[in-house]
Amino acid sequence: MAGRLIELPPPRGPLTEQLFEALQGSPQAPLETPAPVDSADPIADDDLQLALYVAYELHYTAVRGVNERWEWSPALLAFRGALERPFEEAVAALVAPAATDELGSVPEALQAIVADDPGPPLSRFVESQGGEEQVREHVVHRSAYQLKEADPHSWAIPRLGPGPKAALLEVQFDEYGGGIAERMHSALFARTMEGLGLDPAYGAYLDRWPGVTLATVNLVSGFGLQRRRRGALVGHLAAFEMTSSIPNRRYGNALRRLGYGPEVTHFYDEHVEADAVHENIAAWDLAGGLAAAEPEVAADILFGARALLQVEARWAAHLMDAWERGESSLRAPLVPVAV
Amino acid sequence: MPSNQSPGAATITPYPDGPYLVRGEFTVLDQEGNELPLQRQTIALCRCGKSRMRPFCDGTHKLIGFKAPSAPEPWPGD
Repeated sequence: MAGRLIELPPPRGPLTEQLFEALQGSPQAPLETPAPVDSADPIADDDLQLALYVAYELHYTAVRGVNERWEWSPALLAFRGALERPFEEAVAALVAPAATDELGSVPEALQAIVADDPGPPLSRFVESQGGEEQVREHVVHRSAYQLKEADPHSWAIPRLGPGPKAALLEVQFDEYGGGIAERMHSALFARTMEGLGLDPAYGAYLDRWPGVTLATVNLVSGFGLQRRRRGALVGHLAAFEMTSSIPNRRYGNALRRLGYGPEVTHFYDEHVEADAVHENIAAWDLAGGLAAAEPEVAADILFGARALLQVEARWAAHLMDAWERGESSLRAPLVPVAV
Repeated sequence: MPSNQSPGAATITPYPDGPYLVRGEFTVLDQEGNELPLQRQTIALCRCGKSRMRPFCDGTHKLIGFKAPSAPEPWPGD
């Protein structure tokens, strides 16, 4: 299996124009930090989020035409920091601060946070009313994360003490197929895409993902790549696992309603069972264990959970709003599958 | 770890308001002796009774407000 390789998509504005031009040249060449980055809505900003996404992708994948030494270029990191700041501020504005009584009972606080999910009923809509086009668009959006599933959370492994580290590895080992490549969750998602006539190659739909979709991946990459945010990364994973089983059953049901068989629905069916295990480990052993061992990150654990739900809610609202207007939720509609 | 336990011995842990997680070396047999194929190393068995894929947990306990502690509840004589 070849390593990942993505293509730089067309730039979307001044930030990606500047970044992509520099990335295609020498890593020794200067790259000016844009100061300040002024964005009306950083979470949905196509230009900002794509620039940030590509900057983070240098840690995950090869980019055609881009020298690998750009990954740790100080100029690139300074440029990236200028994008991270408005994004972090926009996310923080959506996240309620942790209450004092939450900090002593992080697993219970996480349960309450996910029970109060602010998002629109996307999985219910898709289950009962989602048409072929909407289901395929949903899969294309999700592929931004699912084709690298678990990788962003793996960044925390070296930074945790033994109890939480074992818990994270217990979850991740299962995410990665128990050590069997074909059973890796990212591989299962690729099979779902193939079954729907979609391109399963990593990054194939990069040009179609709007800013709000890229933001869902940039959120977790930003947490994962900074030791300082290990609490937020753990909270993000816990909330992710805790809000997975039930919606994934609905997405599987939608595909069955549209006539698709197990080779397409297996990803979703597997997640119903796997995340029913993982959510308990993530809430109690991982998040609870980390909060007990390092109480100074307890607030950030809850921040990560709340941030996930808020950014996912923005993303889900974008899909439902577009579909309500009869428009594609992607930057360009998918070509219909030939009948 | 207790000295009479090998590292592989099965453990069963009820999670608060959630399923039983089973870890280690174990098999799951139905009442006729058929072995259930397991998809992962650590499994979750339904504790609330309302999963649609029993004996395995599917998260339904959250929808029905299932409440049960991890620690043992009082014995009848307590």
